[in-house]
Amino acid sequence: MDPHAQHLYEMLSKVVGYIYPNELDLQWGFLIVLYPYLTGLVAGAFILASLERVFKINVLKPTYELALLTALSFLLVAGLPLVNHLTHPFRSYEILTTPNSKSAMAIFGYVYLWYLMVVLLLEIWFDYRKYLVIWARESRGFKKFVYTVFTLGVMDNSERTLKWDRKLGYFITVVGIPSAFLLHGYVGFIFGSIKANPWWSTVLMPIIFLFSAMVSGIALVMVVYMVVSYIRRHPIDMKALDTIARYLFFMIILDFSLEALDQIHRIYEAEESFEIISMLVSGKLAFTLLTMQVMVGTIIPLITLGVLQLYKPAERIRKAIYLILGLMILTGIFFMRWNVVIGGQLFSKSFYGFTSFKLGLVGSEGALMGAVWLILPFLILSVLLWLFPPWKMEETEL
Amino acid sequence: MKKNNQVIKEKGMAGEKEAVGKGGREKSRRDFLKSTAAFTGGVMAFGLLKGTNALVFAAAEPASETGPWYGIGIDILKCIGCGKCAAACKKENHVPEEPWYFRSWVEKYTITKDGEVHVESPNGGINGFTETIPEEEIFKSFFVPKMCNHCYQSPCVQVCPVGASYDSPEGVVLVDEKYCIGCRYCIQACPYGCRFINPVTKSADKCTLCYHRIAEGLMPACFEVCPTGARIFGDLRDENGELHKFLQTHNVQVLKPHLNTGSKLYYNALSQEVR
Amino acid sequence: MKIYIPPQVKRLLLFLPFIILLFIIFRRLVIPDTFGDLGHYRAASLEDYKAREVNYAGHELCGYCHDDIAASLASDLHSTLACEGCHGPGQKHVDDPEAHNIGLTPDRAFCALCHAKLPARNPEVITQIDPAGHNPDKNCIECHNPHMPLEISE
Repeated sequence: MDPHAQHLYEMLSKVVGYIYPNELDLQWGFLIVLYPYLTGLVAGAFILASLERVFKINVLKPTYELALLTALSFLLVAGLPLVNHLTHPFRSYEILTTPNSKSAMAIFGYVYLWYLMVVLLLEIWFDYRKYLVIWARESRGFKKFVYTVFTLGVMDNSERTLKWDRKLGYFITVVGIPSAFLLHGYVGFIFGSIKANPWWSTVLMPIIFLFSAMVSGIALVMVVYMVVSYIRRHPIDMKALDTIARYLFFMIILDFSLEALDQIHRIYEAEESFEIISMLVSGKLAFTLLTMQVMVGTIIPLITLGVLQLYKPAERIRKAIYLILGLMILTGIFFMRWNVVIGGQLFSKSFYGFTSFKLGLVGSEGALMGAVWLILPFLILSVLLWLFPPWKMEETEL
Repeated sequence: MKKNNQVIKEKGMAGEKEAVGKGGREKSRRDFLKSTAAFTGGVMAFGLLKGTNALVFAAAEPASETGPWYGIGIDILKCIGCGKCAAACKKENHVPEEPWYFRSWVEKYTITKDGEVHVESPNGGINGFTETIPEEEIFKSFFVPKMCNHCYQSPCVQVCPVGASYDSPEGVVLVDEKYCIGCRYCIQACPYGCRFINPVTKSADKCTLCYHRIAEGLMPACFEVCPTGARIFGDLRDENGELHKFLQTHNVQVLKPHLNTGSKLYYNALSQEVR
Repeated sequence: MKIYIPPQVKRLLLFLPFIILLFIIFRRLVIPDTFGDLGHYRAASLEDYKAREVNYAGHELCGYCHDDIAASLASDLHSTLACEGCHGPGQKHVDDPEAHNIGLTPDRAFCALCHAKLPARNPEVITQIDPAGHNPDKNCIECHNPHMPLEISE
């Protein structure tokens, strides 16, 4: 027998209660958990970068370009699990040629392209252009080729042109903030607007997605900054790091409040789907939600960061704590996406039963492929940091 | 108005123009009242007109003005759970045989005296049913055939990002298997569990109301083989048709009315346990 | 009045018409002809559906050749049954009767599909028997004519 069929017969025997016959196999699996996670990291990292530029929080300057390049690396990869998940990936252009204006998902093609091309790439370009011109002159071989191409031929570094670089960069950043909200908010809306699924259907869904995205993005930049500084053997700017941690703390408070509100509201109203959802949370999602998302991903980091606002131990200890907390938060937010996507499909829309889900190792929906999608952005980031090192900008100024 | 008066005064043709100016103000007030009345009246009339339309089956306007608009009636009191409908559907439409691909299936509800609801649909009902609960414990038991509800405000059509899921001019919800990209958003959006991904076409698949049969004047396969006449198929616009009579003479309900999907599958004797 | 356009903007604006043109050409090439005719879908899909093969011929057709069986069926309790409900899809038989014979010899399980006693079955809608108790050693058709079930031969 075909191994997939065998697996499904096994799942059939594990059904608890009653599910509609077509609900046996989950339609959205690991790849669809990854997509909101990746775009969330993009949106979050970008918002952190924007804080520096638009709200002039200068203490974050050391992380500005790093955050942008991180966002770019993740955005380049973000669409791939999505296309991989389609059963007809070669028809995916249809989303650009005949988008259905009534479908939230149809936005994907245009918002993705807009954010990539107009927002991220342009913002990075306006920021780097001056240095690309200089580096093109000073370097040789492959790097010279890359720098020259990316100047797009605008070799003018006069004061007037540089002023326009700054103005346009600022303008794009301002436009970029709502664009980032749209890029990730629509994903939340995709889930939040499905009236058929009570685990997904809530007005708060896009907001929760956005705020948890910002938490994950800030945590990511924090971790990346620490790792990159360590690799470069460059001292970490503790003021910047402490500030990032402080923003992370406030963002977790906001995110936690929203998610808690969602659940409290659900418990209080206790409408038709309440019984099956309680069983879901206390049963199949107990580990991924209560332990991983809430405890490991939210409560422990929240309390620890809160304590750190009042009492600051030695620099070395703080760095270790930030690193561990950052990784815990990144894991926790991953499980938040897991709980939304997988959790919403584990219970039947008849509210009479549950199916099961087992993450396989191989195959396009398997853990190994998922690991590739998670590691690939870091590889891209390494290449970007090698080609366009932010710290070289300072050296060039001197 | 004020500006006009000023201009006219400035032009110096005082008396006459003042009269016109004043008359202008009066006229404008009358005009305003007239247009408001007309607008309000129009809205009310429109509401009433739409209201009469709404009285029939809370229906929206179908895609085409003429031609049939198909709906389905199912009489739960008549269903004996033989599963012939589900079996015929698979044979007519070459639906894969595995027990997780169904365009139509039958559910058995057994409510025991302690109030527990037991629902099952072994292989969609194709091989029939057995009852494992002892008869003395059974409070009530019945069968519910399920199929695509061919909603006229279908959430599955609404969410398809590319336009592969659509509403035909006759009110049949269909999937263009040559256009579907397989994102499965429609499967998530259907509240009734009617959709699946066909492993052969790799596109979203569901009951088509045997569109290829009704185009030739035949009945969909499941209606054809039902031995008790539990399934009624018909044109909602045909006032002399079977479906019209069914709706008029029975207390009908749709599944999950609070979701406002515009389901055109009307059940008679739908008990409150059915989801 | 000359408006100053910074060189960066000039260079970027250069790309814009190309991208738009490319996109328009792409759309022209890939969007199917009938898309949008009747709604936001490929209208030719309706024709695709109409072209599918019919497998159940419909009970009216059976009576044209098998008029004697049709008559006996109509005279008894199974009159509401469609022939193909038991015999299976018959279109292939209509197209080539010799090659596709859909004659049926039902076993006990077959008749029990409808007639086995179940609490969910309304006895006013269908006569039910307990398969274990009702002549368990015999095949149903040994006594009952499936087309005239009340005509019991013993």
